[in-house]
Amino acid sequence: MPVRVGVVVFPGSNCDRDTVHALDLAGAEPVVLWHEQASLDGVAAVVLPGGFAYGDYLRAGVIARFSPVMRAVEAFAAEGGLVLGICNGFQVLAEAGLVPGALLRNRELRFLGRDVHIAAERLDTPFTHALAAAGQPLRMPIAHGEGCYFGDDPALDALEADRGVLFRYVDERGERAADDDRTANPNGSLRAIAGVIAPRGNVAGLMPHPERAAEGILGSDDGAGIIRSLVDSAARAASGGDASPVTVGAR
Amino acid sequence: MSVAEPPTVLPEEPLHRRLGVTDEELVAIRDRLGGRDPNDLELAMFSVMWSEHCSYKSSKPLLRTLPIGTAEDGVVAGPGENAGVISIGDGLAVAFKIESHNHPSAVEPYQGAATGVGGILRDIFTMGARPIAILDPLRFGEPGSARTRILVDGVIRGIGGYGNCVGVPTVGGELVFDPSYQGNPLVNVMAIGLLEERLLTLAAAPGPGNLVVLFGSTTGRDGIGGASVLASATFTHDDPSKRPSVQVGDPFAEKLLIEASLELIERGLVEGLQDLGAGGITCATSETADRAGTGIRVDLDAIPRREPGMAPFEVMISESQERMCAAVRPDRWDAVREVCERWGLPVAIIGSVTDDGDITVVSGDTELARIPAAALTSDAIVHDRIATPPTHRRAAPAPGAPLDPSDRLPERGMDPGAVLLALLGSPNLSSRRAVFEQYDSTVGADTVVGPGHGAAVLRVKGTTKALVAATDGNQSVGALDPYLGAALSVAEATRNVAITGARPLGITNCLNYGDPTRPEAFWQLQEGVRGLGDACRALGLPVTGGNVSLYNEAPGGAIAPTAEIGVVGLLDDVARLVGPAFVEPLDTILLVGETTPGLAGSAYAGLAGVAVEDDPPSLDLAREAALQRFIREAIARELVASAQDVSGGGLAVALAEGAMWGDHGAVIRLPVANSPAVELFGESPSRLVVTTRPRFAPALILLARQHGLPVEEIGIVGGDRLVIELAGAGATGAAEERGSRVADALEVPVTDLRHTWEHGLARALGWEGVG
Repeated sequence: MPVRVGVVVFPGSNCDRDTVHALDLAGAEPVVLWHEQASLDGVAAVVLPGGFAYGDYLRAGVIARFSPVMRAVEAFAAEGGLVLGICNGFQVLAEAGLVPGALLRNRELRFLGRDVHIAAERLDTPFTHALAAAGQPLRMPIAHGEGCYFGDDPALDALEADRGVLFRYVDERGERAADDDRTANPNGSLRAIAGVIAPRGNVAGLMPHPERAAEGILGSDDGAGIIRSLVDSAARAASGGDASPVTVGAR
Repeated sequence: MSVAEPPTVLPEEPLHRRLGVTDEELVAIRDRLGGRDPNDLELAMFSVMWSEHCSYKSSKPLLRTLPIGTAEDGVVAGPGENAGVISIGDGLAVAFKIESHNHPSAVEPYQGAATGVGGILRDIFTMGARPIAILDPLRFGEPGSARTRILVDGVIRGIGGYGNCVGVPTVGGELVFDPSYQGNPLVNVMAIGLLEERLLTLAAAPGPGNLVVLFGSTTGRDGIGGASVLASATFTHDDPSKRPSVQVGDPFAEKLLIEASLELIERGLVEGLQDLGAGGITCATSETADRAGTGIRVDLDAIPRREPGMAPFEVMISESQERMCAAVRPDRWDAVREVCERWGLPVAIIGSVTDDGDITVVSGDTELARIPAAALTSDAIVHDRIATPPTHRRAAPAPGAPLDPSDRLPERGMDPGAVLLALLGSPNLSSRRAVFEQYDSTVGADTVVGPGHGAAVLRVKGTTKALVAATDGNQSVGALDPYLGAALSVAEATRNVAITGARPLGITNCLNYGDPTRPEAFWQLQEGVRGLGDACRALGLPVTGGNVSLYNEAPGGAIAPTAEIGVVGLLDDVARLVGPAFVEPLDTILLVGETTPGLAGSAYAGLAGVAVEDDPPSLDLAREAALQRFIREAIARELVASAQDVSGGGLAVALAEGAMWGDHGAVIRLPVANSPAVELFGESPSRLVVTTRPRFAPALILLARQHGLPVEEIGIVGGDRLVIELAGAGATGAAEERGSRVADALEVPVTDLRHTWEHGLARALGWEGVG
């Protein structure tokens, strides 16, 4: 039986249907979780999709963290449940303090929609274990106005020491992008950070959209490995096993 | 009742004139009211509904001549509905339409463009279709002027700010600079939606006794008189006093409206649905009642307001955005309310459907207005405008007259390679990446080909099919010959769809012209519609709807006549999609079609100038139809590696694009039958650059001849440069005889082509620091 993976739908979510489609292709049973519900309906993992949760006129994700469903997600995460935030979902997780750091407006102060390359820093997580190799460039789109990953230097040092960097922007050969590389790291993220994972290893967020790069017809299926990792890990969690093939988050 | 006084009119003007209603129209209004005078509220309602924007009073007689297609063409809904709908098989249909938001964008570029997107999306989901794509053809004045830069920046941010938030990808469009748009930019927006045919919903209010339900945003004072004040009068200056006439958009509310409307339709809870755009509640109620042959009684006090103290006329004609009007059976009201409230949308019963054919506005027991619904819509006044061709029409060159030397590149000492680079880096032909990267082009996870390389391609989930869409307008030729400009736009837009292998399904059009009371401007419109109709008939395509935008004039003059064409096509098997980029070294390059003289209206002419007596190249519509049939058949038979049409910048630019986008050079030997400038940079239509595996070339050549098309093998793909040698009688001798600055050959590294092409737009707009 396919594993049930929840997709949270805020009224302004606009990647929920894409995420449902990608989870479906990866063999999961997607379960839509409305923002006003306080229960997660027993899903084995949760995805917070992209969009503009409540319009985001003030700041991306700032209101969403107070929604009933986010209280349920916080409790789920506290129990070790798997949570992945994509784009606006990442912004919501950061606002809620479920992953470290903050997402600022893009360096050029303009919305940016284009293909980028990212590479996983580690494969020993529930979100990356099905990828072929660490450091391999994965091509997928970004589409955001507030995707510049930020933390002060001590916070970033701590993040790296915790092995909390999950994805970095790289060039097409897989070389880490410089902070000022406008082509490879267009939003200006510090230390080219595209995605992070919480210390406990069960909550992660990234700005690029793997669900839009999960089929060859869309120009890239490099994102499918991330979705597949999540679905496999959820299936393992649902069958009572450890969510991840290895211990995660150990310093 | 008080009417806000526009500050620029004389106080002694009678009310009807202040509202833009002529004395002649007032007589016609009395006639429709059984001889009585309208009261002030009724006059305000007439003034918006009889505005050019809502009534098409000048263009209606012309639009009736267009081919609208039949059920046999797959047309499920045509002109008169909110959007055209065409079946694509598998129980699915595509809804599409283009509209203008020119004057609002000139006054307030961000909100003008944003609400343009919002308005066209509502036209799509009102029909029961989920919006899946936006294309936005934009036209501005000189890119170097400060005003243009402000407008470009605001319009692009507005489109992005709205489209990105509602989650509909922006997959194409145009960005064109031409001095004629300096005082009056064009912001046209096309939207495409996908629906299950069984869910098709019409904008009608049937069934006396049904409830009229308004949901979405509350009604405020924004956009009072948008249709009459802004859209239907010549634009004198960017007057800040007109800013209250521009609506303000809320994309988050629109997103809620999309989801709520589609849920209402899916669950069969509404009998008819209409969005509120120009003319607000007056327009939505009168159009839906007239279509259903019913009337509507509006209870003014039941309409949720954004602010207190609004006069009845303000409530009735407000163009507050993100509102929908539905006809609902009384027993389904509770379910409708539940859906709207779940999506956080205010919802109210504002009236009921009647059988008296009238739009009646009541407050308490007082009847404030009563107008036959037809008088506001289908029986609105129609004007027979006078059309006069311009007296200073350019003469064709006398037979045998020598061409102007400017037509002959080498004699002018121009290096063709330098000309090619200048064209590739020019504001109109360079890469639009700096613009479309500010849009989300991939949300929806259907985008197979996004903006930047010709037609956009969107797969249809659950099938092997894809929708292919393009827009095109040709103001340069339109300025010289409005008939030809419109016909060429149809030819090019459909050709861009056909070269992917897709079959164009239908046309939507946005006719941007000047003041129709000026005989020359009306003649341009008349000629444009004639060109549009002739081209669509020749190509066998229905016109399923569109929009007419008149009064596009500023103190500097009228815009160049611009018939903007949107096309949607169907590709049965997305795996067979063909693109414009060169694919593999050693592929054979063919030129299909005939190069004919005439440089007027071309990008080359804009750069180098041409003889005043030169004409634009002619268009043979039968040849165009044959060309499109040929390329579709060739692609279906898997004979084609790449296909690109020859358009802006001519053959040299088409070859450069194939090279840049495919990252392969090419070696071309081009026989010169005309002049070097015509061969390299002429824009005669109905031509394609097609590449193919060498072993398929004979079959492809044969197929082209079977379709009656001239075809020539002109070169091969390969190397890292684009090399074009001019050969034959028209090449004017050895290069060395004319000194070192001229050449019979062009040789440019592909990296140089790309560098120039990629940076041209940002340089023209002073954006060089951007991404």
